[in-house]
Amino acid sequence: MVDARYFGDGLTYLNPSDLKGKLIAIEGTDGVGRSTHLEMLQEWLEIQGYGVLTTGWTRSNLMSKTIEMAKEGNILDRWSFSLLYATDFADRLEREIIPALRAGFIVLADRYVYTAFARDFVRSGNRQWVRDVFGFALVPDLVCYLRIDIDTLVLRVMETKGMNFWESGMDLRLGNDLYDSFKKYQSLLIEEFDKMAAEFHFEVVDARKSPDEIQTELRAKIEPLLTPYLRSQELPSDRVAQPAPSS
Amino acid sequence: MSEQPLSPKRPHPYPGKLIIVEGIDGSGKSTQLLLLHKWLESKGHRVFFTEWNSSDLVKDTTKRGKKNKSLTPTTFSLLHATDFASRLYHKILPPLKAGMVVLADRYMYTAFARDVVRGVSPEWIRKLYSFAITPDMAFYFKVPIDVAISRLLGGTRGQLKYYEAGMDMNLSPDVTESFHIFQSSILAQYDKIVEEFHLITIDASKEIEGQQNDMRRLVGEALKDYKPRRGTHGRRTVFWRRFDVPKSE
Repeated sequence: MVDARYFGDGLTYLNPSDLKGKLIAIEGTDGVGRSTHLEMLQEWLEIQGYGVLTTGWTRSNLMSKTIEMAKEGNILDRWSFSLLYATDFADRLEREIIPALRAGFIVLADRYVYTAFARDFVRSGNRQWVRDVFGFALVPDLVCYLRIDIDTLVLRVMETKGMNFWESGMDLRLGNDLYDSFKKYQSLLIEEFDKMAAEFHFEVVDARKSPDEIQTELRAKIEPLLTPYLRSQELPSDRVAQPAPSS
Repeated sequence: MSEQPLSPKRPHPYPGKLIIVEGIDGSGKSTQLLLLHKWLESKGHRVFFTEWNSSDLVKDTTKRGKKNKSLTPTTFSLLHATDFASRLYHKILPPLKAGMVVLADRYMYTAFARDVVRGVSPEWIRKLYSFAITPDMAFYFKVPIDVAISRLLGGTRGQLKYYEAGMDMNLSPDVTESFHIFQSSILAQYDKIVEEFHLITIDASKEIEGQQNDMRRLVGEALKDYKPRRGTHGRRTVFWRRFDVPKSE
């Protein structure tokens, strides 16, 4: 991350300028195949000799259990909903992502702050607050957005794991049953993701294509980030102790 | 679907009253709030009480994080904000909407003072809490640091807690010394907050009764046109149970 920076009011106690690795986020709504592609990318990168760390939404040590419990009890207010995600994200950022980037790893993030942005916007109609909350997040080097249309998504989710309460946004009561609600909720999310794709310059990949085609496209988008990085890794000067400051 | 945006800079639109207390540990704020609580109830008010870091949703997580010392300034801050959001939604807003009195031991100003000393950005923490509502009355119990320490060491607790002493910040290996440094910085932040948010300062080094008299006089004035609203006659009930009673008419 050559000129690493925060989205907004960053971590005042943590200077992001010495982060050598690359941060790549894979975004997209539920059921587009993010995790499958993430695994394949990790394999591909590790074979080439890169250190890879994957990090997933709500998977922090601190918060994963809390979030599960909260979801079982149904969170009613959108502030707690977003703040729980923000806490999980902060824990992973400070304990996993930043240390890995500092050590020169490639970090693959399964979902990133944009997921929180979309979910909060769908619930509140307001974009500013949640973006302020996540002001401490690092801007990724690359965001790949697996885009799908709602009709294909519905078929795909029905054929695989089925619809669940939260993926259907049932807390919002958008429809009478799981199916109607899922369709409306995911449509709203896709709509917001599409807007953010333009605003934050996502690399859009059509998730309706075959897995092989998608993987090839993802690799092509990641490739340009790698070459200079690999070269700097090979420089022996990286390992040489820094000269003492002249002052 | 979209809610009326609430703002900590504007008065809230609800018929109830929200009274909060702030101050460092050992300032005596909780004692004063308890005495105010008794007084308001004796005047016929139905009073609801809520305190910092007490929601079912995140209390255990915070406790666990504190225990294994795995919290960073940012996760510390976000957990407390989550707790606050959950309590605002479940404990503070419903009684206020119903026109009742809510007392809060610590409010967002605690985060503005403490989390900033821990190292989060003052701008960020204010934006984080921008969903909060402005209290009708906010009291700040101002106390010299040495008075607070002697109260905590000599009084009911007999010791200083790890995070309250800022031991996570490596200020000093000695817990009393660390408390002194950490809480002094918090006092300095509170001084700024008192100006910014117009908190009412009470001299917390005075006698308990003297402070309480001042507080009751100010609250009495503020509530003089306010009529207590109740659904029962003086009987203490758990708030949520009242909605479980089926109404036949």
